[in-house]
Amino acid sequence: MPADDRIAIRAEKLTREYPMGDGQVRAVEDVSFEIPAGEFAALLGSSGSGKSTLLNLMAGLDRPTSGAIYALGRNLAEMSSQELAAYRSRTVGMVFQAFNLLPRMTLEENIELPLRLAEMDRAERARRVSEAAERVRLSARLTHRPTELSGGEQQRAAVARALVNRPAILLADEPTGNLDSATGDEIMRLLSEINSALGTTIVLVTHERERALQHARRMLYLRDGRLVSNGARP
Amino acid sequence: MKNRDMIELAARNLRQALLRNFLTTIGIAVGVASLVAMLSLGAGLQGLASQKLSQSGLFNAIFVAPRVPPPRFGAPPNADVSPAAPPRSLDDDARLAIERLPGVAEVYPEIRFATEIHFADGIYATVVAGIPNSARSDGAFDGMTGTFFSSPDADEAILQISLARQLSTQPRSLLGQQIVLRYAERQPLPADPAPGNSAGGSPGFSLEPREQKLRIVGIVETEPAGGFGGIGRGRLLIPLGVAEKLGAAQAADLRDLLRDPSAPHRYANLTVRVERTSRVRSVEDSIKQMGFATYSLLDATRDLRLVFAVFDLLLGIFGSLALVVASLGIVNTLVMAILERRREIGVFKALGAADRDIRRLFFAEAGTMGLLGGVFGVLLGWLIGRGINFGTNIYLARRALPAVTISLVPIWMVISAIAFSVGVSLLAGMYPAARAAQLDPIEALRYE
Repeated sequence: MPADDRIAIRAEKLTREYPMGDGQVRAVEDVSFEIPAGEFAALLGSSGSGKSTLLNLMAGLDRPTSGAIYALGRNLAEMSSQELAAYRSRTVGMVFQAFNLLPRMTLEENIELPLRLAEMDRAERARRVSEAAERVRLSARLTHRPTELSGGEQQRAAVARALVNRPAILLADEPTGNLDSATGDEIMRLLSEINSALGTTIVLVTHERERALQHARRMLYLRDGRLVSNGARP
Repeated sequence: MKNRDMIELAARNLRQALLRNFLTTIGIAVGVASLVAMLSLGAGLQGLASQKLSQSGLFNAIFVAPRVPPPRFGAPPNADVSPAAPPRSLDDDARLAIERLPGVAEVYPEIRFATEIHFADGIYATVVAGIPNSARSDGAFDGMTGTFFSSPDADEAILQISLARQLSTQPRSLLGQQIVLRYAERQPLPADPAPGNSAGGSPGFSLEPREQKLRIVGIVETEPAGGFGGIGRGRLLIPLGVAEKLGAAQAADLRDLLRDPSAPHRYANLTVRVERTSRVRSVEDSIKQMGFATYSLLDATRDLRLVFAVFDLLLGIFGSLALVVASLGIVNTLVMAILERRREIGVFKALGAADRDIRRLFFAEAGTMGLLGGVFGVLLGWLIGRGINFGTNIYLARRALPAVTISLVPIWMVISAIAFSVGVSLLAGMYPAARAAQLDPIEALRYE
């Protein structure tokens, strides 16, 4: 498959099975789709429909049982674990429902962590952290620890951490799931702003259809591991 | 991840579970301390033995005997008698030739003869031995009562304590007093006027009774072993120069007379003192080439080193046991850390950490504990050694014996113990590090 810069993520007959008891359960089954670069896509479906599994496959945290998944033209299924680590470090950023900030680090250190892992020099790190914190409007809270912040602030910090390496793709797994409605809206507006300002491809996993409809331009519906609908909004 | 970042993160992680990591590090420190204390004892005892043997002059001495069959009186049974050169008489010419060899500090004969002394109207049988001036520093006269000889030719005597007790119930009161030594002087016979004898003297010698006054300058408790081959085996010790000047008849004179009455005076054996131990082998070879049998303690020292090597090994094994037990503490601590930081490991992996980064992070934590434990352990081991030295010297002082150092921590031991501690800790960290690196990030992120 030749690299196509216009396509951020492409899945071809993607299947992921897990062993369960004596048999196998198919969390994702024969899924094919394309997400163009710069798109804001929402992955919708009920609980257990395979949304998170699909997101993990896009993140290179999991490998498909069969089929292929391409990110910016490179097949993740064929990458070594070292290459997948480099891919997660440089190409994608991840935002989680539970924020997953490290509680013993300050906000600044949390945001800086991906840059440490990418072996970036210290001066550049400081500049990038400052830039990311400014984008999520947390410059004044950098010395605080996550437990000293509200849920919304913690999620904004997690977004800053995901952005600090300037990834081409941002994967968000239920980022508003632990937040109240107003704070959830705030996070969604932040993701939209990042998408439009930076051109970052965003894949949002959510079960909140109304909220997705407000921000995402492409909707993918999953049911029982199968893709039942994939379309761009006008 | 860069090494500096890795170490910073490792240090931060260690600070998080401070008490647990501190206790684990203390465990390692105790293990290293036990190892260092054991090895320092081995090193100290070896050093003490080497020092005493070096002081005794045994290491840089060569015993020389004539290589003349039948059996050589006075020569040790294992003296080297390789037939490198024809046998030669051990006479004054030979002594001079040996003295001229490079690296030779002094050459002296064994002078020892049975005689009697007169003191305070009493007559006492004893054995006199000539003592070279170099014996002054060989350790045998350390702690003696009185002083060593004022010069190599002084008419002075040092008594063995047993003889001193015979002479007086208060040996110390003998210092400064005079004794009279009665001995038989060996005199060459006058020339034989018989035709055909142009050699000068007649074969054989006569014995003339003589007396020599000596002032008692010292009393020694132990039997000095100034050189080997019998030098120290006298009860009345006099300067070697004086002993040679006396020309007293010795037991070997009778043997020489029986063997060859016309031969000039020969030595039963000579002791050669070499400037440095490293030159013993070359000097010994040269003396063999001259046609004499030699013996040095080099072979015996090799055996001694072997004994100490085995001794050190055993001490090291026993000392290491505590460190091995402590290393299990590292395994336990790090496995606990994996459980506690499972989710964190998942986050690290999601943010781009490779398996290798996670493995290195856990190694860095194990290595840091090993390094800190090693440094504190060496310090603790050194303190234990100091305590052993202190206690031992109190005990020795109460028995009026000189102080010794029986626990020694040389720099090589410091470096080796710390390196060993880090090595064992890294080894102990292998299993937890591999387990952490293999964690499935999805499972880890789900972990609550």
